[in-house]
Amino acid sequence: MIQPDWITGLIGGLMIGSAAALFLLVNGRIMGASGLIGGVVDGSGWSNLVERLAFLAGLVGVPALIALATTRPDTHLTGNLLIVAIAGLAVGIGTRMANGCTSGHGVCGISRLSPRGIVATLVYLGVGAATMLIARHVMGVI
Amino acid sequence: MRALFAFLAGGLFGAGLLVSGMTDTTKVQGWLDIFGAWDPTLAFVLGGAILPMAIAWRVAAKRRSSALGTALPAKPSVQLDPRLLTGSALFGIGWALAGLCPGPALASLSYGGTQGIIFLMAMISGMIIWRAIDLGLTGKGKAA
Repeated sequence: MIQPDWITGLIGGLMIGSAAALFLLVNGRIMGASGLIGGVVDGSGWSNLVERLAFLAGLVGVPALIALATTRPDTHLTGNLLIVAIAGLAVGIGTRMANGCTSGHGVCGISRLSPRGIVATLVYLGVGAATMLIARHVMGVI
Repeated sequence: MRALFAFLAGGLFGAGLLVSGMTDTTKVQGWLDIFGAWDPTLAFVLGGAILPMAIAWRVAAKRRSSALGTALPAKPSVQLDPRLLTGSALFGIGWALAGLCPGPALASLSYGGTQGIIFLMAMISGMIIWRAIDLGLTGKGKAA
C-alpha cells in the first residue's frame, strides 16, 4: 500500500458513511450489516427480501471485482479454525441479540447520537479490548 | 429501484470496507490491542464514516419520506436493556478473537479463503441460534 494507513482508513470510512447515507436517504433504511444478513438467514426479514439480497450482492460482489482487478487483499484471518468458529458464533449470536453491530450501532447509531448505539459501541469496544488483552497477552491464543 | 440503490449502497459499503482496512483482521485486532502495539487506523475509519452519516440524519430530519417514498426510520429508542449489553459484549469477544465483524465477513468472502467461509457459516449459525432462542424466550411460535 502506497498511501499511509490513516488516509486509506479515512477514504474508506467516508465511502462507508456515504453508503449508509445513500441507503438512508434513498431507501429509507438503516445500513446495519448484521440486521440485513440476519433477516435473510433467520427468515425474519423476508418481507423486503429483494432489497436485502441486492444489498448483500453489492457487498460481496464489488469487493470481489476490486480484488480481481487489483492485487488480492489478505484478511490475515487466523488458521486456527476453533478460534474462527467460536468467534463467528459469538459475532452471530451477539449482534442479533444486541440488534446491531459496527455499522448499525457504530456508524448509524453514533451519527444520530442514539443512546443505544453509543452504549453498544462502548461495550463492544471495551469488551473487545479486554478480550485482546486476555487472549493475546495473557493466554497467547491469538 | 429499491433493489438497484440497495445494490449500489452495498457495493459502496463493501468497497469502503476493503479500502479502509476493515477486512484486514490485523488492523482490527491492532485497533483493539490498546495494551500492545496499538493501531489507531480504525479511528479514522469510524470518524470518516460518521461524518457523511451525521449530515444524512440532519437531511432526513427535514424529510417526510425517503427519495423513493418509503418511510424513514423512527426516532432512536433510549431503552437500554440486558440484551443490548450482553449481545454487544458477546460481539466484542468474537470481533476481537477473529478481527471480523458482519459487514467485512461478507465483503471479504471472495478473498478470505476457507477460514473466511467458516467464519461466515459460524456467524450465520449464531444468528439462527439466537432467533430460535428468542422465539423460545418470547413464546412466539411463528416467525414474524
